[in-house]
Amino acid sequence: MTGYISIRNLHKYYGPFHALTGIDLDIAEGEVVCVVGPSGSGKSTLIRCINMLEPFSEDSEILVDGVRVKPGANLAKVRTEVGMVFQSFNLFPHLTVRENIMLAPRRVRRTRKSEASAEADRLLARVGLTDHADKYPSGLSGGQQQRVAIARALAMEPRALLFDEPTSALDPEMVGEVLDVMRDLARSGVTMIVVTHEMGFARQVADRVIFMDGGAVVESGDPADIFAAPKEARTRDFLQAVLDH
Amino acid sequence: MDLFETFFNLEVLQQSWPMLIKGLWLTLKLGIASIIAGLVLGLFLCLLRLYSVAPVRFLTRCYINVFRSIPLLVLLIIVYYALPFVGIRLSSFASAMAALTLVSGAYTAEIFRAGIEAVPKGQFEAAAALGLSPRQTMADVILPQSVRIVIPPLTNNSINVIKDTALASVVAMPDLLKQATQAQALAANPTPLIGAAAIYLAFLLPAVLLVGQLENRMNRGKS
Ligand SMILES: Nc1ncnc2c1ncn2[C@@H]1O[C@H](COP(=O)(O)OP(=O)(O)OP(=O)(O)O)[C@@H](O)[C@H]1O
Ligand SMILES: [Mg+2]
Repeated sequence: MTGYISIRNLHKYYGPFHALTGIDLDIAEGEVVCVVGPSGSGKSTLIRCINMLEPFSEDSEILVDGVRVKPGANLAKVRTEVGMVFQSFNLFPHLTVRENIMLAPRRVRRTRKSEASAEADRLLARVGLTDHADKYPSGLSGGQQQRVAIARALAMEPRALLFDEPTSALDPEMVGEVLDVMRDLARSGVTMIVVTHEMGFARQVADRVIFMDGGAVVESGDPADIFAAPKEARTRDFLQAVLDH
Repeated sequence: MDLFETFFNLEVLQQSWPMLIKGLWLTLKLGIASIIAGLVLGLFLCLLRLYSVAPVRFLTRCYINVFRSIPLLVLLIIVYYALPFVGIRLSSFASAMAALTLVSGAYTAEIFRAGIEAVPKGQFEAAAALGLSPRQTMADVILPQSVRIVIPPLTNNSINVIKDTALASVVAMPDLLKQATQAQALAANPTPLIGAAAIYLAFLLPAVLLVGQLENRMNRGKS
């Protein structure tokens, strides 16, 4: 079986350091996958290889909807199809909220301005930020900024979304509003790969949970199984440590 | 002899005024042309310095270091007096503009580089993840943020360029300083020199104060 996103023998080196040690992974269209694991296990590196924010070894292969991820026209196509949401939001501070959302459709898809603007307003309504379109990012709370970042990614009508710890930089009282938006997205049928420490979210929303350690996938499966009866000792230790505190 | 009559002789000033204004005009033309050409050259050098292949990056770094090290006056005299030996004969204006631009471009490249490197890596990544090309990323995301950072140092550099235009009088360009020294010779009185100094100050002092304000505002914005 090959998935909508298909990863074969993925190796990644940072200089001499072997950060990903041969990962094989298939993700079906519409699937919601949560990636968990200790700090430094390679979770960010894994999802950043999918849209090639990190280059990876030549003999590794990543396909998105059958298109091989490699520099050039392929990568441009993959990046319009796969959106990304970062831990630190990375909104463009010199643009208003609406302009942040309009930029990529305008430049990459050459959408007409009026159309892009109307679409931005629709997306803002979807993430519950209708009244904030003309503000600058610095005028928003962390939770609001992250919801704008999600709207910005959605503006390219991606079929898959990558999330790298989207709630880790937020004050606790703002985590919920972002997870609510993500829960909504998961229901909409978009493929999602979510690196997260929010075990409650993973348990409720994920179709599959992947546990990584030392640059490899140690265990993966149905969230109910992984959380209730992890097979591997390393998974057990990790979950115990996370759930205990 | 009355000191005031010597240095602030209004009659002499009045007589030499048209010459000074003619010189000022040329000084401003040279300064502004060199500033603009230096900005274009600097942006170009900076992009080569950051984003081209390794050998070009190396050559660009060499250029920047050499032209930041060479005294402007030496460069100017080489352009004006030495290049004719290899058949390149530039007017005094063109020589001065060439020397000013070559040096200003080197400084400007470093200013732009600092401005680009001050933009967080996450901004490049967010733009790339959205599918923007490197060129679009620069034009729509990075440079608009860099501009705010580089305005104070660029203004500073522009002040230096205007000041350095006075060196052009060495290659007989009738700029403000040259006109003033000629008027002084004609009138046998130093007042035109004082007048020229006052005119330089009238233009540059407000610019210096403006830079100070911009820098203060930047520093306040940071915290
Ligand atoms: N740019 C880099 N240069 C060198 N080493 C890196 C770089 N980025 C990551 N690493 C190393 O690669 C390993 C995997 O990093 P990665 O960021 O993918 O981990 P992670 O699972 O996302 O951790 P965290 O939960 O802390 O975000 C770590 O050991 C890290 O130190
Ligand atoms: Mg990470």
